[in-house]
Amino acid sequence: MLRWILGGREAQGTVEKNSLLFIGEEQPKNWFTELQVLKGHFDIVRFLVQIDDFRFASAGDDGLVLVWNIETGERLLELRGHSQQITAMTAYTHAVGEDTHTSLITASSDRTLSLWDPDTGNRVQTVSDLQSSVKCILVLERLCVWVSGGNELCVWNRDFQLQCQSQQHDDTGISAMVELPKNCIAAAMDKEIVIFRLTMSTGSQLSVAEVRRLSDHQDSIHALINVNDGLFASGSHVGELILWDTIDWTIMAYEHILWEESQSNPQAEIRLAAPKPSEMSIQHLTSDGELLVAAVGSGLYVYSVLTKSVVAYRKTAHDSNILHTLLLPDEGLMSCSEDGSVRMWEMQDLLLPAEPASAGFFGMWTFGRSSKQASPPVKKILECPSLKTLELTGDLIGHSGAVQMFLSFGEKGLVTCSTDHLLIAWKNGERESHLRSLALFRKLEVNGGL
Amino acid sequence: MIGSPDVVAFTKEDDFGDGGYSDPWVVPEEFSVPLFPQANNANPWAKTSYAKFTKDFILISEFSEQVGPQPLLTIPDDPKVCGTFDLNYFSLRIMSVDYQASFVGHPPGSGYPRLSFVEDSRVVLGDSKEGAFAYVHHLTLYDLEARGFVRPFCMAYVSADEKKIMLQFEELSLRFSRASECLKTGNRRAFARELQRKLRDLDYTRSVLQKEEGLQREAGPQGCYSAHVVEKANELAAVEKSIYEHRDLLRQITSYPLRPRRDPHAAHCQHCVTESRRHTDTHGPHTPHTPPDCGPGSRGEQGERRQSYTPQLIKGKSAKCFDKRLKTLTELCEESFYGATVELLTDTERCFRGDLCYLHTRRLDRALRRKQNVTNFLFEEELGEEEEEVAALGRIFCSLTHTTGTDSHNPFVVLCPVPLEPGEVLEENPAGPASFAQQREDLLGEERLESTLSDLTMETQDQESSEENKDSFGSDRSGGEEPGGEGVGEGKAGDVEGEEREEGKGVGHPDSNPAEKESSSEDGGSSPGEEDGGEEEDQSPVFLLEEEAGRRKTERVCEPEAGTEGGSEALVQMDTACCMSQEGFLYDPSPPDMLPGPGLGPGSLPLPLVVNQEPQAMLPVQGAYGLGSPRCLSPGAGLDLSVPSLGSDCTMSASTGSEQTGSPLGYGGVVTLRQRKKAGQGALRFVRQYPFALQALWSLLSGRTLVVLGSEEGRVRRLVSALALYVPGPGRCGERVQPWLSCQFSLTDLQRWKLIGLQRMGSPVGTSMLCSLSRYSRYISVLDADQKTLRCPGYRGNLLSNMADHRTHLRRGSTYFLHLQSMLSSMAARAFLLSFTHHLHLPIVANETRREVEERRRGFLKDQLGLTDDDCRILLYLSHLITQRYLETETGGAVKTRPSLEANSTSVTTQQDPVSVTTRDHATGGAATPGEYLDADAGGTTTQLDLESVRILEPATVVISEPCLDPANGGDATREQNRNPAPEGTVTPEQYLDSATGGAQTPEQYLDPATGGAKTPEQYLEPATGGAKTPEQYLDPATGGAKTPEQYLDPATSLSATRRKVPSSFTFNYTTSQVFKI
Repeated sequence: MLRWILGGREAQGTVEKNSLLFIGEEQPKNWFTELQVLKGHFDIVRFLVQIDDFRFASAGDDGLVLVWNIETGERLLELRGHSQQITAMTAYTHAVGEDTHTSLITASSDRTLSLWDPDTGNRVQTVSDLQSSVKCILVLERLCVWVSGGNELCVWNRDFQLQCQSQQHDDTGISAMVELPKNCIAAAMDKEIVIFRLTMSTGSQLSVAEVRRLSDHQDSIHALINVNDGLFASGSHVGELILWDTIDWTIMAYEHILWEESQSNPQAEIRLAAPKPSEMSIQHLTSDGELLVAAVGSGLYVYSVLTKSVVAYRKTAHDSNILHTLLLPDEGLMSCSEDGSVRMWEMQDLLLPAEPASAGFFGMWTFGRSSKQASPPVKKILECPSLKTLELTGDLIGHSGAVQMFLSFGEKGLVTCSTDHLLIAWKNGERESHLRSLALFRKLEVNGGL
Repeated sequence: MIGSPDVVAFTKEDDFGDGGYSDPWVVPEEFSVPLFPQANNANPWAKTSYAKFTKDFILISEFSEQVGPQPLLTIPDDPKVCGTFDLNYFSLRIMSVDYQASFVGHPPGSGYPRLSFVEDSRVVLGDSKEGAFAYVHHLTLYDLEARGFVRPFCMAYVSADEKKIMLQFEELSLRFSRASECLKTGNRRAFARELQRKLRDLDYTRSVLQKEEGLQREAGPQGCYSAHVVEKANELAAVEKSIYEHRDLLRQITSYPLRPRRDPHAAHCQHCVTESRRHTDTHGPHTPHTPPDCGPGSRGEQGERRQSYTPQLIKGKSAKCFDKRLKTLTELCEESFYGATVELLTDTERCFRGDLCYLHTRRLDRALRRKQNVTNFLFEEELGEEEEEVAALGRIFCSLTHTTGTDSHNPFVVLCPVPLEPGEVLEENPAGPASFAQQREDLLGEERLESTLSDLTMETQDQESSEENKDSFGSDRSGGEEPGGEGVGEGKAGDVEGEEREEGKGVGHPDSNPAEKESSSEDGGSSPGEEDGGEEEDQSPVFLLEEEAGRRKTERVCEPEAGTEGGSEALVQMDTACCMSQEGFLYDPSPPDMLPGPGLGPGSLPLPLVVNQEPQAMLPVQGAYGLGSPRCLSPGAGLDLSVPSLGSDCTMSASTGSEQTGSPLGYGGVVTLRQRKKAGQGALRFVRQYPFALQALWSLLSGRTLVVLGSEEGRVRRLVSALALYVPGPGRCGERVQPWLSCQFSLTDLQRWKLIGLQRMGSPVGTSMLCSLSRYSRYISVLDADQKTLRCPGYRGNLLSNMADHRTHLRRGSTYFLHLQSMLSSMAARAFLLSFTHHLHLPIVANETRREVEERRRGFLKDQLGLTDDDCRILLYLSHLITQRYLETETGGAVKTRPSLEANSTSVTTQQDPVSVTTRDHATGGAATPGEYLDADAGGTTTQLDLESVRILEPATVVISEPCLDPANGGDATREQNRNPAPEGTVTPEQYLDSATGGAQTPEQYLDPATGGAKTPEQYLEPATGGAKTPEQYLDPATGGAKTPEQYLDPATSLSATRRKVPSSFTFNYTTSQVFKI
């Protein structure tokens, strides 16, 4: 009976193949029961940046920066100024007297950098005619400077004055930067991680110098993050995940994620084809200090920094590449992908080996027919009991294009942005309705009755 | 007198409508329904009428001094209306009533003839032999040529139903008074003008006579007067006397409106008074002691006269010949006023069409609905223009100004301050502003130029003042509607322009100096061309309106039979009701869509007046509509506008070719009641045909978008228009319904539309469409019209079972519609309750968690309302809509329309206390009364509860009870006594529920709507509104809670108070869908 409705692109085959991930419509743990479509962009929306606890900015290929209110879904401001797509955006918080003020720094392909005041919508500062377009921005709050990474690394002060810059690098440029202790910056440049050091010379003159090049990756580095005070991590196109020491930049751990290896039980899926590099490409890394989540192709890989071992993984968490991930408290995990969906995961302890995976367990999540396919991981688990499973607890369907990024406001909701030019605010319907009721009674009171 | 007309002298003081009104405890009078006399166990629809006419009509008769009583015209002006009814005879009867004998003459002690300003008289006359009863409104008009200067007329509302007239006496009286005022105002103008002309004639004659006399005196020998000379002198004296007489008459007539009036209906509206004062100023003071020719006040008249009138010599014996032609009514009142009157009367006739019970219930219905504008938008059609009509009935209006103020479709003629004589219009260049200069050139005399200039200044002044007035006017008119009425549209603005101008004069300069008043009178009097121009401009919108009205008329033409043969059809309906299941007994199965019976008769249409709509503010997307854009006129236009960016690639198929039954819903038209009733048939068919209708309805009512998928447009459209009945808050023009979509839809469409007709296509487009269908399957239910399957979550509940029983015994669409309406409004009432009950959303004690509050809400829904989970979803969704709507409307809707306090409302308050106290006694602190009250309350019989709940309707009570529920005073502490408010609240919903169902039975003893097929609106109304009105009573708990909501508002929501254009959100549930098949 479902055939006519499932027809089309997602033909039977697809469904079968991804049946593992077919959660169905009954998602008791998914509390995003209200959605709000935020329209305003005219092209792919790539970046979301939180400004404060209720505002965020979105930017994308249309060069527009829009400031939104997550609570109401209201578009507060429209920051126009960039003529080309925006390549990087970050929030820049600095103290103004007692309180802090948050601004936005944006970089665009038109080789400009702009500082915006999200309260007024004014373009406070702007720098144009850069030598190259900036691909990433890093704010060093401690030094009251910020760093832009393009083909070269530039250090700017609060007033948009160039403090110093590194020499011209090759064309690939800096794709990601993290701040390291001792005024160091790690910048990912193609296959290498370059460590720069900022030094404060006399007269508070800043200078930047390359200190070290780490060339342990075999392929270009897509992701570079800080894990905790002592570690930072990088992930490459071929699935290499390296944990580095932040002080002496030595390799603390090296994982080469090859799905075939981890798939101890040869399944149909393995035989499909040799994995293409893109299937192993680490697109995104995220960490809460203890766990590290790597988006590897369309799979998820959870690595414990403490034990230096894999905690959980899922090879096909999505139908296509995962673009962004987020670790939630309580062992939760979210991921969004090019397939247009956002999925919510939960790391669950495996059942004891003696206890066979009961149908009831999976039935709880209403896997439907997928319960049959759910067995392989269970079997595998028998072999390595330390593993946890990544269970799909919910998905957010709404975008018709790749979900580029999402931004969580905790209980206030979640914003996703997508290639379909839309942003969607996902909220807790119950909470929202509660808030509406409060507003209603407030209005009643103001009006003095109906 | 002829025969013995059973004259019933009927005065206002009389206690008409025995029965229902006797006990003040029963129901508020405004909502009561007079009981059908129970004594004779008769069929309430059986009519024992012998009338020879088929429907009510209005008759205007005159007591002609030449031929006696004669009928002048009937409204509607259709010979078929009266049938074989002898109008002449009836005129004789109604005119022969001796009401205040009008005489003019020389009363003792007065040198001049006096006009007697006769008040109108209102009587109800009956002719039982003819089976005709009439409300008769006598009035006198002035005619210089008539005997005693008066012409007696009467207007009669003739009906076969005596009771109808008796019960509608007040209203009839009101409306006829308005018409009469209109006639008389016009008549006074005409009379004054006639007098002035006569004066000019006399003046001229006098001058001629003086000249002749002088000549003769010179010619004749000194000291010797020839008989000829003497005769001339006598003639001159007679002329002079006549001049004085006429001047006095003129003075009398112009001072007329300032007199104290005995007549309660002859309203003194500010406008009238000021206008008349103006008039008096111009004419009254000057004319007695200045020759009319050079009186500055009559300058206007002069200018006019110079163009149109040259004085004539009056022959000595010109007066009162019986062979002269009497003026027609039109001539007596000036054509424009006559037209306005006829329009008013036509409106009256239209308004009173149909059965009495129908009229009554319609009024009740409207009155109730106006009070429920918090929930109305869910399932009721918009009140629109009717609302104004009701408002107009409630108060006493001046016939002229207020009619224009409230009834937008009024004849435009009323709007122009001084209407013109037809001849003048023809003479003058009826040009717009363009030819104004030319007109000025035409005016040669200095005086005229002057007057025109003064006109100009006056015009600007008026503009200003009208600007001032616009605000007040706008807010006035938009009454309980959303503000935004101001921009209602060009047409409307143009329409009211004249009126505003008038008001500007009247209200804006109440105490301005006489010169200004003078000029303002000239404004009307002396610049006809300009006025005309203005009128021309105004006309186009007015024409629109008239066309609209015309269309409405033609719409109705098809059902006069239904309206008038109420008796016979009703009888058949009774039979039908008895043998409901046997289709053979159906009165007329062939046109099932036809409006049945008088009950739902013609007047019930919510006359859709385009310019009257304010845009629906439900959807921000829709908010993109310009204010006042006539979107309801142009089909399809709305869509293009409303899909700004994302869905702009959507094309709506505008083809209506394959649409047989015509789906009325969707863009391009206000969803009228009639259309909805028509849709009732489709809905019934759907319910009977599809066993899974229940699930489909649940989808719609719980806010899950339903997609009707099909390849055949007609079928899909039919289904959609049938199902549109169930879409909560469909929007004024059905914005939330998309009857036919032939392109891929997106997520935003799901947000915007709650019911979508989707074309199934074979092409790749179709594939991708199916793809998105499956992608969004969690948000939608899909009804496949081709394969007759429904894919949606299952429904386990009982709320809808009565609504979608496919074995229902209801056979007629309109019956089902009424049944449905009652169910839906009871649902809306519960949703209201849910939304506005304080303790269901806010903590009662300080340390209560949200979880506990939620638990209480759940308990309320499940235990007290007895709903299942799925039913709760419906209520939650409806509540969501209500809340959203309430938050979106600027002022909270009802605030403006709150009626004045009633005298008996204090008692209501005390009655209401127990209810509100149950939830808020800690607020008042003193919990002395509640306990006792509660017991009484709980022990009360159903009827009592019933009554109470009904009584509590008046929003006034809400207002009153407020003082005692001042919530702030930290009453939380005393919360102990009221540990468990929820169970106490049990009483209340129960009560309400009872009244919802019980209301149907008690008052009228009519048939149960669900089973009985009889289509009296009464029974429909009762359950429907009876249910819906009760929630008012729960208002108090809402506001009266212990906690001010502020305390629980986080900054988040206070921010949201200032939201501007907020995208709408939609809620959904993660529920597994099932597939249902036939």
